[in-house]
Amino acid sequence: MNTLTEAWGWLTDPAHWSGDDGVRHRLAQHLVLTVVCLVVSCLIALPVALVLGHLGKGGALAVNLSNVGRAVPTFAVLVLLLLTPIGRWGEGPTVVALVLFAVPPLLTNAYVGMREVDRDVVRAARGMGMTGRQSLFQVELPLALPMVLTGVRIAAVQLVATATIAALAGGGGLGRIITAGFNLASTPQVVAGAVLVAVFALLVEGVFEVVERVAPHRARGSR
Amino acid sequence: MTAPPDDCLARNEWICGEYLSTRRHILLDAVAQHLQLTAVSVLFGLAVAVPLAVLARRWGLAAGPVLAATTVLYTVPSLAMFSLLLPVYGLSAALVVAGLVLYSLTLLVRNILAGLRAVPEETRQAARGMGYGPVRLLLTVELPLALPAGMAGLRIATVSAVSLVTVGAIVGFGGLGNLIYAGMNTYFKAQVLTASVLCVVIAVAADLLLLAVQRLMTPWTRAGRG
Repeated sequence: MNTLTEAWGWLTDPAHWSGDDGVRHRLAQHLVLTVVCLVVSCLIALPVALVLGHLGKGGALAVNLSNVGRAVPTFAVLVLLLLTPIGRWGEGPTVVALVLFAVPPLLTNAYVGMREVDRDVVRAARGMGMTGRQSLFQVELPLALPMVLTGVRIAAVQLVATATIAALAGGGGLGRIITAGFNLASTPQVVAGAVLVAVFALLVEGVFEVVERVAPHRARGSR
Repeated sequence: MTAPPDDCLARNEWICGEYLSTRRHILLDAVAQHLQLTAVSVLFGLAVAVPLAVLARRWGLAAGPVLAATTVLYTVPSLAMFSLLLPVYGLSAALVVAGLVLYSLTLLVRNILAGLRAVPEETRQAARGMGYGPVRLLLTVELPLALPAGMAGLRIATVSAVSLVTVGAIVGFGGLGNLIYAGMNTYFKAQVLTASVLCVVIAVAADLLLLAVQRLMTPWTRAGRG
């Protein structure tokens, strides 16, 4: 319990919140990294998954990519990228690694969502004279939306976790508070940083949980 | 003084046979630690997950809290998880194992519970009609039928654990992660690449091994298809 009180003391000390190594700056870095990389990953993965799912092709690739993503250690990829020329562009390795690990869950879930749309509904859409594009956007995508959003949530949580590990390889974000704590052998700082990261991750998960519940109703209600 | 040797180590190349031959014992030690940490964590996780899943299946009220708790645990990033356990375990291998147990627990409970829930009600009733008590029903009917789903969870948990062990490098117990961490600080490309590739090889080998075990343990799933 003593460490927890000390960690609380660390967190409530205003000196730890300001400056380049302060909580406020690290939090902003973490948020920007997560949001920017989530948008980039969605722009890369979702069009590919939706088109592949619509055409019913490349299923093995989309599903296996997730398994590959799980077997490759995030930390190893971060360090490998750091040692390549990308390592010279500051946050370059972090951004590339974040996108690499966010794409598989997005791709797999969106693809599976598209394939799980009732084939009879798609055929009915065809029978009504819809073109492939109309069927994709007006029938299949709205029905696949819950699965697509699940993929976005998993990717977002994965991004927060990866951005934390990036601190081990010198990247910015809340993880830096933890690694700095280890370097200073300051257990209260390590615990305080870990609490911040955990709360941040749970908040992201919570926000997407709400979006997942509300968005499909909105999408259907507006029509 | 002799001139420094002009081999791939001196040139700091990514792929280096010299590295493999001269540092073989370091690599083997790291692989051994990696395997040990993974195996201990997954076995501990399994030992806790099976009773939890059975409890959640038997006693419906427990299912909600158990699943919610495992989701929360899984959302916490690995680095933060290890750090939160620091006051309890200090800088030790137990810290890494405890963190990994919590992660594998999540994956295992979900999958075993799904497997138990998928056992057809008619099967259970037939067993009860034949005079099976609750314990015998669980051990000889429900758990075997939940095996394929449980093994799927075990494979995912093992592969994830192999990859997460590397983060244990922050406390010095990361198996191959230690080599990656040290290689990063010294810009030792061959070491980082070799250790990373070995991690993936271990993950794939463990996955295939468990798949083989699953096929041996559930011969009926093959008979049904053929």
